Amino acid sequence: MTERTRMLIGLLAGAAVATVLSAAAQAQETVKIGLLATLEGPFAAGGQDGMRGAELAVKERNGMAGGKKIEIIKASSDAKPDVAVNATRKLVEQDKVQIMVGPLSGSEGIAVKDYSKSQPGITFINGSSGAQATTLVNPSPNFFRFNTEGAQWMVGLGDYALNDKKYKKMALIAEDYAFPYSQVQGFMAGYCKLGGKVTHKAWVPLGGKDYSSVIAKLPTDVDALLVVLGGSDAVNFLSQYEQAGGDKPMVGGSITVDQTVLNFKGKRRDSLLGTPAAGPMADSIDTPEWKKFVADYKANFKDGFPSPSLFAYVYYINMKAALDGLDAVKGDLSGNQEKYREALKNLKLKTPTGEVTLDENRQAIGPTFITEVAKGADGVFYNKVVKTLPKVDQRLNLPKEEFEKMGLGSRDVPNCP
Amino acid sequence: MNGIAFLRRWFWVWLFGLPLLALAVWGIVDNERLFFATTLNGLTLAALYFLVASGFTLVFGLLRNVNLAHGSLYLLGAYVGWVVGEWSDSWLLAVAAGFLFAALMGLLLQIGVFRYMHGEDLRQTMATIALSIIAADVALWIWGGQIYQFDPPRWIIGSTALPIVGKFATYRLVLLAMAIVIGLALWWFLARTRVGMMIRAGVDDRAMLSASGVNVQMVFAITFAIGAGLAGFAGVVGGTALSIAPGEDTRYLLASLVVVIVGGMGSVSGAALGAVLVGLAEQFGLAYAPTYGVVFTFVIMALVLAFRPHGILGRRT
Repeated sequence: MTERTRMLIGLLAGAAVATVLSAAAQAQETVKIGLLATLEGPFAAGGQDGMRGAELAVKERNGMAGGKKIEIIKASSDAKPDVAVNATRKLVEQDKVQIMVGPLSGSEGIAVKDYSKSQPGITFINGSSGAQATTLVNPSPNFFRFNTEGAQWMVGLGDYALNDKKYKKMALIAEDYAFPYSQVQGFMAGYCKLGGKVTHKAWVPLGGKDYSSVIAKLPTDVDALLVVLGGSDAVNFLSQYEQAGGDKPMVGGSITVDQTVLNFKGKRRDSLLGTPAAGPMADSIDTPEWKKFVADYKANFKDGFPSPSLFAYVYYINMKAALDGLDAVKGDLSGNQEKYREALKNLKLKTPTGEVTLDENRQAIGPTFITEVAKGADGVFYNKVVKTLPKVDQRLNLPKEEFEKMGLGSRDVPNCP
Repeated sequence: MNGIAFLRRWFWVWLFGLPLLALAVWGIVDNERLFFATTLNGLTLAALYFLVASGFTLVFGLLRNVNLAHGSLYLLGAYVGWVVGEWSDSWLLAVAAGFLFAALMGLLLQIGVFRYMHGEDLRQTMATIALSIIAADVALWIWGGQIYQFDPPRWIIGSTALPIVGKFATYRLVLLAMAIVIGLALWWFLARTRVGMMIRAGVDDRAMLSASGVNVQMVFAITFAIGAGLAGFAGVVGGTALSIAPGEDTRYLLASLVVVIVGGMGSVSGAALGAVLVGLAEQFGLAYAPTYGVVFTFVIMALVLAFRPHGILGRRT
């Protein structure tokens, strides 16, 4: 409908059409954002917290961005890629959302990125999925990720283990799937390059529970263990290792000594004290921005965790990026969202942990925190920040050729026995 | 003729025994410590599986009831045991509470639910599935998704130095001893006591047992309570060796199903044999072929189903 005909109809039809027009104008005043997280399946608790994080970002600006009202439409998946794509389809094709935020887990992220190529008019922003391949292999021009991923989260820890902790030789135990591959790559890329040796790799099935034979096989001539296990796998390994008389110090992955593991219901956890680990956030970052974020989370969600989880934090920054982008273009999503995407690409996102920018594949370059497990005055265990790397990119801060020569992390990559 | 009969009789032993023996010799020569440590780990894991599966197979043998809520009894027993242990600061009380609570639940289930669907396999199966789903959600509601671990006495949780193997978790040795004691006690109970005799008679011919004046419902209720109690006992004991978290119910249900299918439905000695096979297969898989180890258990199950559909020690019914 051109301006001319619209005016003509307006003149002829009077009041009735005026109502229609004002309704149309009102529709222009809201921006629909789809929000996808897992509210079913293994990551249900994490998905729920992710939703809280995204809601917090909207609440902070009273539901307005770029002068428009923000309408959130939620959908759920169960961490399976096909379910995630179906839920995204429903949001995009039926609910007509203009911006998508989600999904939660790694393989879902790859599937949604592939789907985004068939919807060039919509802008997709990641939820908390952290597969390396999402933005490194066949990136999609309208898929943006403002969080760093599994390999980036471990950069710097290898250096810390070798030079600060003096662990010259290590053995590895990790779950046998994509996320730990990335985490191990992030650690070993730096560790091997600086001359450290990883003499033994044990890849164990996810949810394996009984690690006694894996423990029996661990070599005794190493200085420490790199343990990249999550949730109950981590708790089981740690207590079985202690029971079997193991006495090597440990270095953990991003979810090996996180809040869910540190707060398990039981008493034997003193052996975890001092364990170094790394991740995109830590329980005790000493900046006013982080403290404000934690305080806001606690004030808004009485039913939430004692402190925001990794999922809440990552969904928060991705949703915040979506809204900051809208602010930058004053809510202008015209022309296939061209201006909006340009704004996202150039965004210098202020997050509670520091500044995040995007690389040429629209993947975040952001901070990584090296932590150590400490015991608070109240007896509660938490991760204390010992070192901060303000900028880590997806090539693990290596030159492009060097990273491409190494390739993506897998069972055998990298290798330095 | 005798020679051929002899060969035929021991055919399966030759077919599987010789290659396994060769592998074992290679394992011992290659790394003695790892081989024996893995064997011991397999046996101790088998002890845990036996504790869960013996109750399952006992109930099936007598009641012909495939209790798919057996895993829930394991999990609920463990949670209740944890609460009691935390409150009383005594691990032994926790074990007792796990056993008693699960036994009570079993008794209520038999008297309140299964008595009314006797002999209706499909209805019982559906009812037990429904109960297991409800129990899992109730447990999640009360205890949340957190990971729980027990706090046993100090002397149990250290390590003991053994010849060849070196340091080995004391608790796992205690677990093995417990399973052997319970296995012997079960055998004594079934073979030497009056109630045990009734249970065995019931397994063979229920109608005849009832006709000879025995209160069959009572025997059923006792069996169910013991079977369920063993699951709750295993919950606390197993939760101490590993940990307790949502999802453990289906894990141990699956483990006991595999154990019982391999060993033979309804046979306690079959459960022991099945548990040893599955436990060893899992641990050797983890130690020697970590990537493909998970398959071993199911290879054993498929072979047994193909050649001895009633299980190694099972009887045709």
